[in-house]
Amino acid sequence: MPTKLTSADIAHVATLARISTTEEDRQKYAEQISVILEYIEMLNEVDTEMTPETCQVTGLEDVFREDTVVACPEEVREKLIAAFPERMGRLLKVKAVFDGE
Amino acid sequence: METHELTITKAAEGLKNKEFSAVELATACLKRIEERNPVINGFITVCTESALEEARKADERIAAGSASPLTGVPFAVKDAICVKDVRSTGSAKILDTYVPAHEATVIQKIRQQGSVLLGKNNCDAFGHGASNENSMYGPVRNPHDETKVAGGSSGGSAAAVADNQCIFAIAEDTGGSIRQPASFCGLAGLRPSYGRNSRYGIMPMASSLDTVGPLAKTVEDVALLMEVMAGNDPMDPTTVSDPVPAYTHHLRKEIKGLKVGVPKEYFETEGLDGETKQIVEEKILQLKTLGCELVPISLPYTKYAIAVYYIIVPSEDSSNLGRLDGIRYGVRKEGENLFDVYGNTRAEGFPEEVKRRIMIGTYALSAGYYDAYYRKAQKVRTLIMQDFERVFREVDVIATPTSPFPAFPIGEKSDDPLQMYLADAFAVGPSVAGIPGLSVPVGFTKAGLPVGLQVLGPRLQEERVLRVGYHIEHLS
Repeated sequence: MPTKLTSADIAHVATLARISTTEEDRQKYAEQISVILEYIEMLNEVDTEMTPETCQVTGLEDVFREDTVVACPEEVREKLIAAFPERMGRLLKVKAVFDGE
Repeated sequence: METHELTITKAAEGLKNKEFSAVELATACLKRIEERNPVINGFITVCTESALEEARKADERIAAGSASPLTGVPFAVKDAICVKDVRSTGSAKILDTYVPAHEATVIQKIRQQGSVLLGKNNCDAFGHGASNENSMYGPVRNPHDETKVAGGSSGGSAAAVADNQCIFAIAEDTGGSIRQPASFCGLAGLRPSYGRNSRYGIMPMASSLDTVGPLAKTVEDVALLMEVMAGNDPMDPTTVSDPVPAYTHHLRKEIKGLKVGVPKEYFETEGLDGETKQIVEEKILQLKTLGCELVPISLPYTKYAIAVYYIIVPSEDSSNLGRLDGIRYGVRKEGENLFDVYGNTRAEGFPEEVKRRIMIGTYALSAGYYDAYYRKAQKVRTLIMQDFERVFREVDVIATPTSPFPAFPIGEKSDDPLQMYLADAFAVGPSVAGIPGLSVPVGFTKAGLPVGLQVLGPRLQEERVLRVGYHIEHLS
């Protein structure tokens, strides 16, 4: 595993993570995250060939609820709309998704 | 003793005996917040008017004879927990204006008892940190020494309780966020078993580890709060249906014959402060006077806990925090196109540590690295869990220091993320295993900083953990 990340690696990851960065940020993150990944390398000492992975600890499986339609109370709807950062009437306003294509 | 300095039990007694009213008690706390918050910075939002209104209702309820032990008792909530109609920022500017239309189940349960909400506590943004320095609303100062951190991530909650600005607080613990600030501020704080308390309404961090629990001045108060908070919630499918014991009823029951495991790895850790070690070891030895048997144990995978934790947590963080994009709620930053809106919103709305974790997680989960990082960490997680399972066949509880050292100076670790992660050395192993952990104050260093002892028990054995904690608290 390459544990020394470069500024270019960070640029790629930051794009995937939707975080704008400056070159200065990328240098700093590359350095800090490399140190952390290097520390995490120690996990490779552990033989886990026969070990199953743990995803959760409750042992609960397939927890279902009744599939019922619950209406959103008007009061809640108003609050959710009021929370929109930008709106047009009662609609949420966002930048074009498809870039004029 | 001033009313705002009381424990829940004492405050309830005073209210019941009409020594003071709920309005008087809330007023005393609000006054204390007004005086001290500019220094301590434990609160981001204070709800003065609604608190007094709730206190008036509590007084009516007390007069009507339908009060519970929590009625009229003022409390505060970590800002990463949603409270209906109260600004909940998670200590990040991306949610600076966010006012939830829903409320966390545990908070609903507490408020149904008539507790009075004073406000929202500062924390490391979304629970990311061990010092409360990753808040975008400034660091929190430790009431025992204002040059030191209060711990994290629930530093504001712990500082507010320790400084008598509220009687108790509800917070969240993923990898020590209740226990470590409790130990730094001299409080009792419980991380319950994963699945014991509902997390509905908590801003999610690492979903396979997050828990919500109480911070209070005594173990008895913690037990009382757990009776109210615990239980199955249809809104959180990870909650278990096991009955909730009456935690307070058995606190005083003797612990003679109980086997207390002392794990050598926790006492041989590099960086363990000498005074902390000595204070905790002496307290553990004292348990013999209560008839406990001390059993040396080994948890060999302890040293891998932080590495496991700092893969699993950032990975789950990066996924959970994907929802914060400035589109439907919170603060949106403009950009040329949609991509820039996301990028700028997240760049300006998250503090550095949040961005760092999202990037580590994005990297660890990306194609080609998933097996090497996330799956590998989940496998070692199994071995850490098996360590605890094996040991709990021989002992009833485990006793360790809560933190390797007492509260450290503000700024000391804030530029070194790895050093900050290592501060959680004793907290993350139990988190990864999903078991309950209680921090109990056991003394002070020569410099006057509190030291906490961590009591661990098998899954869902909060009752035993609290009972042992209660006896430790009452050792002279």
